[in-house]
Amino acid sequence: MKILVAIKRVVDPYVKVRVKADNSGVDLANAKMAVNPFCEIAVEEAVRLKEKGIAEEIIVVSIGEKNCQEQIRTALALGADRGIHVEAPVDVQPLPVARMLQKIVEKEGVEMVILGKQSVDSDNNQVGQMLGALTGMPQGTFACKLEVADGKAKVTREIDGGEQTVSLKLPAIVTTDLRLNEPRYASLPNIMKAKKKTIDSLTPEELGVDVSSGLKVISVEPPPARSAGIKVESVDELISKLKTEAKVI
Amino acid sequence: MSILVIADHDNAALKPATLNTVTAAKEIGSDITVLVAGSGCDAVAKAAAAIDGVSKVLVADNEAYKNQLPENLAELVAEVGKDASHILAPATTSGKNFMPRVAALLGVAQISDITAVKSEDTFVRPIYAGNALATVQSSDNVKVITVRGTAFDAAVAEGGSASVETTDVVKTQEVAEFISEELTKSERPELTGAKIVISGGRGMQNGENFAMLEKVADKLGAAIGASRAAVDAGFVPNDMQVGQTGKIVAPELYIAVGISGAIQHLAGMKDSKVIVAINKDEEAPIFQVADYGLVADLFKAIPELEEKL
Ligand SMILES: Cc1cc2nc3c(=O)[nH]c(=O)nc-3n(C[C@H](O)[C@H](O)[C@H](O)COP(=O)(O)OP(=O)(O)OC[C@H]3O[C@@H](n4cnc5c(N)ncnc54)[C@H](O)[C@@H]3O)c2cc1C
Repeated sequence: MKILVAIKRVVDPYVKVRVKADNSGVDLANAKMAVNPFCEIAVEEAVRLKEKGIAEEIIVVSIGEKNCQEQIRTALALGADRGIHVEAPVDVQPLPVARMLQKIVEKEGVEMVILGKQSVDSDNNQVGQMLGALTGMPQGTFACKLEVADGKAKVTREIDGGEQTVSLKLPAIVTTDLRLNEPRYASLPNIMKAKKKTIDSLTPEELGVDVSSGLKVISVEPPPARSAGIKVESVDELISKLKTEAKVI
Repeated sequence: MSILVIADHDNAALKPATLNTVTAAKEIGSDITVLVAGSGCDAVAKAAAAIDGVSKVLVADNEAYKNQLPENLAELVAEVGKDASHILAPATTSGKNFMPRVAALLGVAQISDITAVKSEDTFVRPIYAGNALATVQSSDNVKVITVRGTAFDAAVAEGGSASVETTDVVKTQEVAEFISEELTKSERPELTGAKIVISGGRGMQNGENFAMLEKVADKLGAAIGASRAAVDAGFVPNDMQVGQTGKIVAPELYIAVGISGAIQHLAGMKDSKVIVAINKDEEAPIFQVADYGLVADLFKAIPELEEKL
């Protein structure tokens, strides 16, 4: 089976971002960029399915500016076979992204799409589910376990009360949670090999998708600051502060 | 304007996050219908009809909706809600699962996890793990929104008298099937609604040591949470994770024990009213947001706290 993995270039999750002074967005100039951690888990899961002989080919796609080819290369070094880059504005919204992925799914005839459950920049948690609606495919979101056999994907999902398991007829969509796997590091030989793998370039126009969105960002502001309080010297002092000052116990 | 709120429930009881979502709906407008889709969910419909501010409850009672499979639920919601001005659901794992599907079926954007309503088309939502707040405006004819429960008070659960109607729209498919569910059983208050939360991190060292937190929680009537590191290490189940990708909590009192205070953890608890941190490392970033910090070995401090409470 062919697997499509969608990945996003995001700011490194451990960087504390700052809001721009003009409130137009966050300042990403010179920030360290990375593959969104959930997308990295998606790539790893696809590679494991290939290593088990379940998947034959892994196509990795990223939608964004030219520089997201760096993240496609990273995925190729981790074991994806070839890449597709769709050049689009950096702030392209989930619905047009899902529409472009739908076109690629149809063109490539993939049987499974694996995506991160959310990107750590916009925190939307939408694209996989939207792609499900557009393609009519079933979805296993927030996956912490995936088994593929007999034309079906059995997905265990992390939900508010615990875990849930669903069985999906392929083709299907899976979105990853943190505990699905622990991604490997790319080895130097694999990084070298990745340089020779192909990355095809496409545009939204070629896919016939309009990238505009009904949602507009008006302003971006820093959250209300929380200042550090005091250090207490003992458990007794802590209890007394909570009782008499904070009045929360 | 007509607002459709999708109830979160388990067929037996309404999940409290639905009440917070109704409050968000009230800030948008006054014509509020609650959709209860489930199987054998009469009690839930009754509870929804009693919520203050709800004018109508629409019940879709069918086997197809028993487990809230998003493939079925999204089709139903898109059909029932296509003429609504707004469709709202709590940003629980269930709401996050089907609402983007609804939006895509309707060909509109979805607005995730709103924390404030500025006007009928303008909302605030956290991005970058809560390190920035984006104000977004929608020009779509239907606004499909998930609501962060901790950002809105709960609507009063009693006293309302909404009319209850049923819909016979049935949406089923053959591609997805529910197999099983393993729910963590707990006598404690639900994490996202608890007044006091005590959370343990990697510093707890193992799952058995969480018994120390349980004893404190018993005395305070608190819920117990955890950091990702504690969940990943298998100390406690995943549904206890607080943070950017776990649960968002905003209790009166949050006690972080053996938690360093990574950005992703802070994203889930920094709107708590009072934060206490107990950590042996005085440089731990958690102290930058804590109202009361105690630099101490938790294995000494927690038993002492339990004893003296
Ligand atoms: C994409 C992504 C999403 C994430 N989502 C989340 C999330 O939702 N929630 C979350 O929590 N994390 C999340 N993380 C992980 C996060 O970055 C941190 O790794 C994690 O929060 C660390 O957990 P911790 O504080 O328990 O562990 P550590 O950072 O290891 O801290 C342990 C702390 O315990 C203290 N300690 C140790 N022993 C003792 C003792 N005896 N007495 C007192 N103190 C002691 C130490 O001083 C230290 O400060 C995410 C990360 C990524 C990349």
